[in-house]
Amino acid sequence: MIDATSWMAVYPEIVLLVMACVIALVDLLVTSPKRTTTYALTLASLAGVALMHAMYADAGQTLYGFGRLVVSDPMGHWLKCFSAIAVMITLVYSRPYAGERDMLRGGEMFTLSMFALLGMSVMISGQNFLVLYLGLELLTLSSYTLVALRRDNGNATEAAMKYFVLGAMASGFLLYGISMVYGATGSLDLSVIFKAIATGQIKQQVLVFGLVFIVSGLAFKLGVVPFHMWIPDVYQGAPTAATLMIAGAPKLAAFALVIRVLVEGLLPLAVDWQQMLALLAVASLLVGNLAAIAQTNLKRMLAYSTIAQMGFVLIGLIAGVVSGNADHAANAYSSAMFYVIGYVLTTLASFGIIMLLARQGFESEEIIDLAGLNHRSPLYAGVMAICMFSLAGIPPLVGFYAKLSVLQALIASGQAYAIYLALFAVIMSLIGAFYYLRVVKVMYFDEPVTATTVTADADVRVVLSLNGLLVLVLGIVPGALMTLCAQAIAQMLVN
Amino acid sequence: MGLLSLAVWTPIAFGLVLLALGRDEHVRAVRWLALVGALISFLITLPLYAGFQLETSAMQFVEKAPWIERFNVNYHLGLDGISFWLVLLTAFINVIVVIAGWEVITRKVNQYMASFLILSGLMIGVFCALDGLLFYVFFEATLIPMYLIIGIWGGPNKIYAAFKFFLYTLLGSLLTLVALIYLYTQSGGSFDIATWHKMPLSAMAQNLIFFAFFAAFAVKVPMWPVHTWLPDVHVEAPTGGSAVLAAIMLKLGAYGFLRFSMPIAPDAAREWGMFIIVLSLIAVVYVGLVAMVQQDMKKLVAYSSVAHMGFVTLGFFIFNPLGVSGGLVQMIAHGFVSAAMFLSIGVLYDRVHSREIASYGGVINTMPKFAAFSLLFSMANCGLPATAGFVGEWMVILGAVKYNFVVGLLAASALIFGAAYTLWMFKRVYLGPVTNDEVKGLTDINTREFIMLALLAIAVLYMGLYPRPFTDVMEASVADLLKHVALSKLP
Repeated sequence: MIDATSWMAVYPEIVLLVMACVIALVDLLVTSPKRTTTYALTLASLAGVALMHAMYADAGQTLYGFGRLVVSDPMGHWLKCFSAIAVMITLVYSRPYAGERDMLRGGEMFTLSMFALLGMSVMISGQNFLVLYLGLELLTLSSYTLVALRRDNGNATEAAMKYFVLGAMASGFLLYGISMVYGATGSLDLSVIFKAIATGQIKQQVLVFGLVFIVSGLAFKLGVVPFHMWIPDVYQGAPTAATLMIAGAPKLAAFALVIRVLVEGLLPLAVDWQQMLALLAVASLLVGNLAAIAQTNLKRMLAYSTIAQMGFVLIGLIAGVVSGNADHAANAYSSAMFYVIGYVLTTLASFGIIMLLARQGFESEEIIDLAGLNHRSPLYAGVMAICMFSLAGIPPLVGFYAKLSVLQALIASGQAYAIYLALFAVIMSLIGAFYYLRVVKVMYFDEPVTATTVTADADVRVVLSLNGLLVLVLGIVPGALMTLCAQAIAQMLVN
Repeated sequence: MGLLSLAVWTPIAFGLVLLALGRDEHVRAVRWLALVGALISFLITLPLYAGFQLETSAMQFVEKAPWIERFNVNYHLGLDGISFWLVLLTAFINVIVVIAGWEVITRKVNQYMASFLILSGLMIGVFCALDGLLFYVFFEATLIPMYLIIGIWGGPNKIYAAFKFFLYTLLGSLLTLVALIYLYTQSGGSFDIATWHKMPLSAMAQNLIFFAFFAAFAVKVPMWPVHTWLPDVHVEAPTGGSAVLAAIMLKLGAYGFLRFSMPIAPDAAREWGMFIIVLSLIAVVYVGLVAMVQQDMKKLVAYSSVAHMGFVTLGFFIFNPLGVSGGLVQMIAHGFVSAAMFLSIGVLYDRVHSREIASYGGVINTMPKFAAFSLLFSMANCGLPATAGFVGEWMVILGAVKYNFVVGLLAASALIFGAAYTLWMFKRVYLGPVTNDEVKGLTDINTREFIMLALLAIAVLYMGLYPRPFTDVMEASVADLLKHVALSKLP
C-alpha cells in the first residue's frame, strides 16, 4: 500500500508524465506545420509543473516517499522548477528553428523534451542509486533521440552516435562504481550508505575504488576534463535546438545528481572526492579556456566555455569539507548551485540568439556570422553582449556573482591551497574574457556581411528579451536568488 | 533616494532610455536628450557643494541599505573630502564630452551618448562607494562602456586598443577581487571599507593585499612600467573617450590608493613607500622624456598624462599633508587640463583627420580663437602659475622637498620637461607660417566648440587663481587619513 506522503512527494512528476503521454496522443491530431497546439499545450503543462514545484519549494518541507526512494525537498523542487522553466525557454527558442529544419513533422520534440524533463526530475529527487540511475538514463535516452531527430543530416547523426557511445560508456562507469559501493555497504539507499561509511567499519579501498568510477561517471555527465571529449563534438554537430536541450536544463540535473551522490551519500569520503574534483577543476579550467580561444565555430567555442564554467562549479564543490569539518558545506554547495543556475540562464539566451539568426539552410554558427549584429539588431546584439560579459564574469551581471560566491567559498574554506587555486581560477577567467570579448567585438566592431534585418516571432522576441534582462537584473539584485540557494542547501544538509 | 544615489543613477537612467528609444533617424532628439541628461546629472551634484561640511573628515550624505544579505553587502554610499571633487569633476566632464561628440559622431549616436552617460554614473558610483564589493562592481562595470566606446567609434587600430585596454585592466582587478574576498573572510564577513580600515592585519597579509591592490590601481593610474596600454588606447579612442579616460578613469586608480591601499595596509604602504616613489619619479622624468620625442599629438598627451599621474602617486606616498592634498589637487587639475588637451586635438582631428604633428604648422593664422584656447591649455599642462596645473605640482614639489631634497629636485625637473614637450608641440602645430593647404583651409571653432573649450578654460583659470575651495574641502579628510596611516595595524 502506497501512503499519501509518497504520492505527495512525486505529484508534479506524475502530472508531467500524464501530460507527456496526453500530448503525444493529442499531437497525432495536430496537422499544422508549426505544431501550434502541441506547443501551447506543452508550454502550459510545463508552466503548471514549474508552478507546482515552486509552491512545494516555498512550503519548505522535506518529505521522503516510497520507502526513501525519492525525496521532496526545497533544493530539489527549486532545481526542478528552474529545469522546467529552462525547458520551456528552450522550446520557445527551438520551435522556429526546428520548423525550418523538418524537425516538426511529428511532435516528438515536445514529447521527448517532456520525458527528458521527467528524467531530470527523477534524477533530482532520487535518494537511491538505482532511482538516480533510472532518471539519468531517461534523460540521456531522450537526449540521444533529440540529437538524432534531424535524421537526414549527416552531422547530427554523427553527433548522436558519438553522444550515445560515450554516454553509454559513462553510464557503465557509473553503474560499476555503484556496484562497488553496494558491495561494500550492502545498500543502494543514500542515507544508509552515508551511515555505513560514517561508522568507519567499511573497507576504504573498495569504497575509494568505487568512488573513482562514480566520479568518472559524473564527470562525463558534467563534461569536465578529461571526460569532456563528447561535449565539443556533440554541441557542434547536433541541431542547435538539441544542443540547447543538452546544454541548458540538464546541467541543473547533473548538479543535483552530484549533490545527491557525493554529498548526501558519500560525504564521509569527501576528502577523497574533493581531491579528485580539484584535479578535474584545474584541468577543466585550463583546457576549456585555452581550447576555446582557438575556436571559430561559436557552438564549439561555447562548448569549451561550458567545460571551463563547469570547472568553476567544481571549485564550489571542493570547498565544503575542511579537515573532516563540514561547517563550510552550506556556503560552498550553495555557491555552486547559484553558479549553475546563473550559467544555465546565460546559456539559454546565447543559444537562443544563435537559433534566432539561423535561417532556412543557414546555421549561423560561426562566430563570423554574428558580424555587425549591432547594426542589424541592437536589441539582440545587446542580449548576446550581456550573455558574453556575464560568462566572462564582469559585473554587474549574474556571472560575476557566481564567480564571486564560488571564490569566496573557496577562500573561506581556508585550505592551504585555496588561495593559489583562487588565483589560478582568476587568471583562467582572464584568458576566458578574451574569447567572450571576441564575440562582442565581432558583433559591435565589425561591419555586417548582410544587411538583412533580424526578424523573430513575438514569443521568441519577448522571451529572449526577458532572458537577457534577467541576466542583468539578477546581476544588480542577486541577493534573493543567493538566499534561496543558501536556504535550500542548508535544509538539504540538515536532513 | 539620497543625493548621491541620484547622482549615480540619473545618468544611467538617461543612458538606458537612450539605448531603448534612440534611433539614428531622429538623431537631433537623441543629442538633446543626452545633453539634458548630462546637465541634470551635473546639476544634481551642485547641492553637494552647498551641503558639504568642511570641518569634519567623516563621511557625508551617507546612504546605507542592505543589498546582498547573504554576503552582508550593503548599498553604502558616502562622500568625504577625498572623493568630493572627483564626483563633481566626473559630472562636469560628462557634460563636456556630450557637447564634444555632438556633430562628430554620426553613427549609432544613441549608443555613443548612452555609453558616456552610463559610464559617468558608474564612475561616480566608484567614488561614492563605501562598500568593497559595491566599489568593485562599479569599478569593473566601467570597462564595458569604455570597451565599446573604443571599439565602435575608435580609429583604424581600434580593436587592438579595445582588447588591450580591457584585458590589461581586468588582470589587475581580478587580483584585487581575490584580495577583497580575503579581506571579507578575515574581517569575519564584512565588505565595509571602514571596518577594513580598522582591522589589524599581519605584515605578510598587508604586503600581499598591498600588492594585489597595487596590481589593479597601478595599471589604472597608470604607473611606469605598466603604463604601456595608455598611449595605444588613447591614440585609437575617439576624442570623447580619450577625454574621459584621461580626465576620470585614470583617477579611479589613484583614488583606490587613498581609499584602499594606504588605510587598509598602512604598514605595507609605509614599507613600500619608497618603491612607489621611485616608480613615480621614473614616470615623471623618463616618461616625460619619452613624451618629448612623440610624433603623434595624442600619444604625446598620453605620455604627459602618465608623467602627471606620476606626480599624484608621488604626492600620496611621501605621507605629508602637502603631498597628499597636492596629489588630489593635481588629480582634479589634470582632469580639466587633459580633457581640454584631448578635446583640442579632437577639434583639429575633426578638420584634418590627422594626429601627426607634422601635418600641421601655423594653425594660429587660420584658427586664432582656437589657438588662444590651446595656448592656455598648453600653459596649464606645463604648470604655469595662475593655471590649474600649477597648484597641484607646486604642492607636491614642496611636500617632496620636505620629505627628501633629491626627490623634490627630480620632481621639480618635470616642470622643465613638461614645458619642453608641451611648448615644443605648440610651436610646431600652431606657430610659424602656414605649412600646407589643409591648414590653409581650416575654419575657426564654431559656437559649440567655443562653449566646450570656454567652460574648460574657466575651470582651468578659476582653479589656478583661487584654489581655496578645492584645498579646503580636502583638508580634514587628508589630515585624518594621514593620522590613520601613521598608526601601525600589526596585531
